[in-house]
Amino acid sequence: MQSGLLSILKSMLGSLRDLAPIILVISFFQFVVLQQPIPNLADMVIGVIFVLLGLTFFIFGLEMGLFPIGESMAHALAKKGSVFWLIAFAFALGFGTTIAEPALIAVAAEAATVAAEGGMIELTDASKDSYATGLRYTVAFSVGLAIVLGVMRIIAGWSIQWMIIGGYMLVVIMTAFAPKEIIGIAYDSGGVTTSTITVPLVTALGVGLASSIKGRNPMTDGFGLIAFASLSPMIFVMAYGMII
Amino acid sequence: MLDLLTDIVDTTLATVKEVIPIAAILFGFQFLVIRKPIPNIKRVLFGFLYVLIGLSLFLLGLERALFPLGKLMAQQLTDPAFIAGSKSLATDSLQWFDYYWVYLFAFAIGFSTTIAEPSLIAVAIKANEVSGGAIGIWGLRITVAIGVAVGISLGTYRIVTGIPIHYFIISGYVIVVIQTFFAPKLIVPLAYDSGGVTTSTVTVPLVAALGLGLAETVPGRSTLIDGFGLIAFASLFPIISVMAYGQISAWLDKRRKRTTYR
Repeated sequence: MQSGLLSILKSMLGSLRDLAPIILVISFFQFVVLQQPIPNLADMVIGVIFVLLGLTFFIFGLEMGLFPIGESMAHALAKKGSVFWLIAFAFALGFGTTIAEPALIAVAAEAATVAAEGGMIELTDASKDSYATGLRYTVAFSVGLAIVLGVMRIIAGWSIQWMIIGGYMLVVIMTAFAPKEIIGIAYDSGGVTTSTITVPLVTALGVGLASSIKGRNPMTDGFGLIAFASLSPMIFVMAYGMII
Repeated sequence: MLDLLTDIVDTTLATVKEVIPIAAILFGFQFLVIRKPIPNIKRVLFGFLYVLIGLSLFLLGLERALFPLGKLMAQQLTDPAFIAGSKSLATDSLQWFDYYWVYLFAFAIGFSTTIAEPSLIAVAIKANEVSGGAIGIWGLRITVAIGVAVGISLGTYRIVTGIPIHYFIISGYVIVVIQTFFAPKLIVPLAYDSGGVTTSTVTVPLVAALGLGLAETVPGRSTLIDGFGLIAFASLFPIISVMAYGQISAWLDKRRKRTTYR
């Protein structure tokens, strides 16, 4: 029990070290540059303690729950030998984790406003809502597809460079044709789709898969799923902007 | 005290909502397709519970403490009155270098939020484990954080000057493509991945506030067109910095070997 307590204390110290830069930056700008006192100091202290505890729990849970289940499922599905179920799992994981992502919901609503003010759709709430929902499904679908593509790459041993470079070229070509208003949002949507829970799961899936298939190296083949998941939304959001 | 409690309940519910589809997919496949018991099921379930509690507390703390102050700060630093400072000039005679505090803030906040980003910690732990210790957890995190910091300060410079975003992003891509051919093969997929993991819970809200605040106050910018795009910078530049990290360590390694053979 005592050693358990000690390890919690130790990882809390680790979290404090992770958090120290933000606290330093914010206090420097507040006191030195803006020369203002901190409002609600008590609230701040409580908040920082919450963040500390939260980060500590998260990392504990990561190593106890998310990593093992991601890897054990990758092993089990690879052992089952059914490519169909592996691909179905990859798609479900990509689609399911993205559709509920709060950051995506916010970006989609923002994009609908931009589209309405740019005159691409009507300036009514109903048309904005349907635009935002359509966009969300498009992005979730594209992330699902991206994970599928990434998993197929691991199975077949394709080299990642050509796929990513090809994706970049597609982004560049589409930038020339997409409506100007959508470009910034499209570029941003690549970054927001990969949430804190998705990243460890998807990483564990890739690494687990690469280490259970003969001839694959977990380092060169296991990583890269997240890269696909953040590239494909850019392409699909621009396509969405061009079609609608 | 009461509003703290409602905040706790709200954030926890939001996190649970986010986790439910993921848990449904995982356990659905486990029971319907794999049809084998999960090894150490109790431990895994506790792990999920910890992730849930951890993420809720983390978000709650950020919402209460760091986000309001960080957002307020982004607004104050982009305020024309602050930027003009003692010069007491009219807004439209401000030059791009008058915004130096904004660039510095962008750099510092990009670096520090990336260090605290939980998903980057997760990927760094995994990369360290898979590479057998060759890639250090802190080495990777600091490299990525430098990439984000440079990316975001360049992004704020873009908003101030109004140069179209795709010039930067496309040149960034060209650099990535060139680096891909010269970087050690082992680092390339990890570098590509680090673009996507940098921008989540901690970085996005603060960086978005900075972009929107800046686009609002710089004359001639529209919040709708110019306010976005900072995240894109933050996810492109770590790819470059991580590959550079791989290239530099390979180069140092080579040089060290050459000198010992002599």
